[in-house]
Amino acid sequence: MAAPMLRWCCPGRRFAFTRVGCGSCHRRGPPTGSTSNGKRGQSTVAQQPHITAQKPRKGEREWAAVVGLEIHAQIASNSKLFSGSQVHFAAPPNSLVSFFDASLPGTLPVLNRRCVEAAVMTGLALDCHINRKSLFDRKHYFYADLPAGYQITQQRLPIAVNGSLAYSVSVGRKPSQMVTRTVRVKQIQLEQDSGKSLHDDLRSQTLIDLNRAGIGLLEVVLEPDMSCGEEAATAVRELQLILQALGTSQANMAEGQLRVDANISVHRPGEPLGVRTEVKNLNSARFLARAIDYEIQRQINELENGGEILNETRSFDYKLGCTVPMRDKEGKQDYRFMPEPNLPPLLLYDSGSLPSGADPQQVIDIDRLRERLPELPRVTRERLVRQYGMLPEHSCALLNEVGLLEFFQSVIKETRAEPKKVTSWVLNTFLGFLKQQNLAVSESPVTPSALAELLDLLDRKAISSSAAKQVFEELWRNEGKTPAQIVAEKKLELLQDLEALEQLCRSTLEAHPHVVMDLKRGNPRAINKLIGLVRKATLGRADPTAIKEVLERQLSS
Amino acid sequence: MWARAVHLCLRAAARGRRGFTSKADPQGSGRVTGELIQHLERLSLVDFGSQEAVARLEKAIAFADRLRAVNTDGVEPMESVLEDRCLYLRSDNVVEGNCAEELLQNSHRVVEEYFVAPPGNISWSKLDEKQPFPHH
Repeated sequence: MAAPMLRWCCPGRRFAFTRVGCGSCHRRGPPTGSTSNGKRGQSTVAQQPHITAQKPRKGEREWAAVVGLEIHAQIASNSKLFSGSQVHFAAPPNSLVSFFDASLPGTLPVLNRRCVEAAVMTGLALDCHINRKSLFDRKHYFYADLPAGYQITQQRLPIAVNGSLAYSVSVGRKPSQMVTRTVRVKQIQLEQDSGKSLHDDLRSQTLIDLNRAGIGLLEVVLEPDMSCGEEAATAVRELQLILQALGTSQANMAEGQLRVDANISVHRPGEPLGVRTEVKNLNSARFLARAIDYEIQRQINELENGGEILNETRSFDYKLGCTVPMRDKEGKQDYRFMPEPNLPPLLLYDSGSLPSGADPQQVIDIDRLRERLPELPRVTRERLVRQYGMLPEHSCALLNEVGLLEFFQSVIKETRAEPKKVTSWVLNTFLGFLKQQNLAVSESPVTPSALAELLDLLDRKAISSSAAKQVFEELWRNEGKTPAQIVAEKKLELLQDLEALEQLCRSTLEAHPHVVMDLKRGNPRAINKLIGLVRKATLGRADPTAIKEVLERQLSS
Repeated sequence: MWARAVHLCLRAAARGRRGFTSKADPQGSGRVTGELIQHLERLSLVDFGSQEAVARLEKAIAFADRLRAVNTDGVEPMESVLEDRCLYLRSDNVVEGNCAEELLQNSHRVVEEYFVAPPGNISWSKLDEKQPFPHH
């Protein structure tokens, strides 16, 4: 792995990747949550938290890093942005390609309404100003997977501008110490995706599959308001959740539906921004933060050693864990932007400006789309905390796993148990089992109804909590039995017969007089021994608190 | 192609607005340097392989320069000649595709339903190998 990576740190964050030679990351300087003017928990828009070198070096001064992102999200639509061929992940090569996608002469782009709606909804969710008029342009460059020789995009006037994205980072050791940061959204634009190239170096050729060519993309440009890999990764994660909640993109990085490019530079606080590099090919959530942090450190190292940073494009090499310059792009690219001559301006309306008598299929009403916006993740998390009294980090955890929130809500609906109990069981036991076997919520052998039934039994005190865990394990084996059946089969019911319990307690006390004496002499742990003995006698079917109560009563009489 | 676009714009502009006010000629005679030709060839992958081609380019630039004679103060530029048209919105239905065989027929080389292209991008060195052409 590359040279020591932690000579600076993003305040208050433990890094997930391996550290070479450094201890745990500590903060130096004021914690970012409470900035020097004492405002805690407020969004810090233009404030760059100071990143301090961990080990004092010559003339130890601080470095600040600046990270901007360009995120491309594939729009979840049936057909492509400008043609009627299908959008689908895995299909035989070149089977989802129309004549337009292959750029055959005489074909023309026809805009997909659904893609426009997706862009508007995303813009609204990110608090952007929606441009009532936006324009399409051609961006020219030559590459085999771009059959037309240009990409249709929105360079002059994109569909949405000037929004913001809020995300939470933890600033202390405890997960509860969270602070909200915002990053400004510069713009959102609609553009075409390119095809896929498979490089065959052996035969010195490239194989081209145009299935992806022409799929609608939302490019979301985030201003350089972030200062480290963790902030960038968190912002991307939040954007992912928003897109998924809106349904505008499935935003699955593994399937290439969400791709991130980072613009990174470092400078001394107070001095102007440094030269930036662009890091492409950040297509894994796991490596996003790592790659950005590596590049920041590389730039710091370079500058501290008297070198300089080139304004270049780099790529993250996952195997080596470092950024490498991409094949030289032969100087600055000149994309020769020009207006797309085949597409008139895109006009959007609101309820006030809707042209009367217009075909509803041909007009897009921003107000109607705003009304139909689903609940955003931030609002959902706040609602969960309010409604069920859970901690913020629990609501985060519920939203962080696909399908977990729905599972949780199904259980809540069917059970009488307290929400706190449900939260605990879902996040600890249920999620624990899933993670252990690397399963998705949809693959769970335990249904929400089964868990609800189990929690009811627990709530009624029909079984003890340790018995409940046993039942859960049985349920996980998915042999088709209900919790009630398992309880009956394994005789896990709590002893309801008070008489029998009294008997057992009395006989235990009689059988172990030395322990009783021990207790009477003031040894507090003796009672636990007695409780344990009674429990064994009841084959684990008695509730320890009940046993304790009976024993204490019997002993005092 | 862009010469035609220029032609259209010129026609639209000349369609009876203000008279031709003469502006100072800003560029002199559009001389195209060898460096510029190289740059253009690299960008467009169009081969300006002859004197004649460069001369034609210079004439086209001179032709377009006549636009500067038109006073466009306070006139909002057009985006395209379609800007007053309605942008048609298509419903999100799958109506095309599934014609791999047909499309692949257009390709010089095919490997298992993939188009075959030369590796990476067009190598700049290949372009340099062409015989040098006397630039101005």
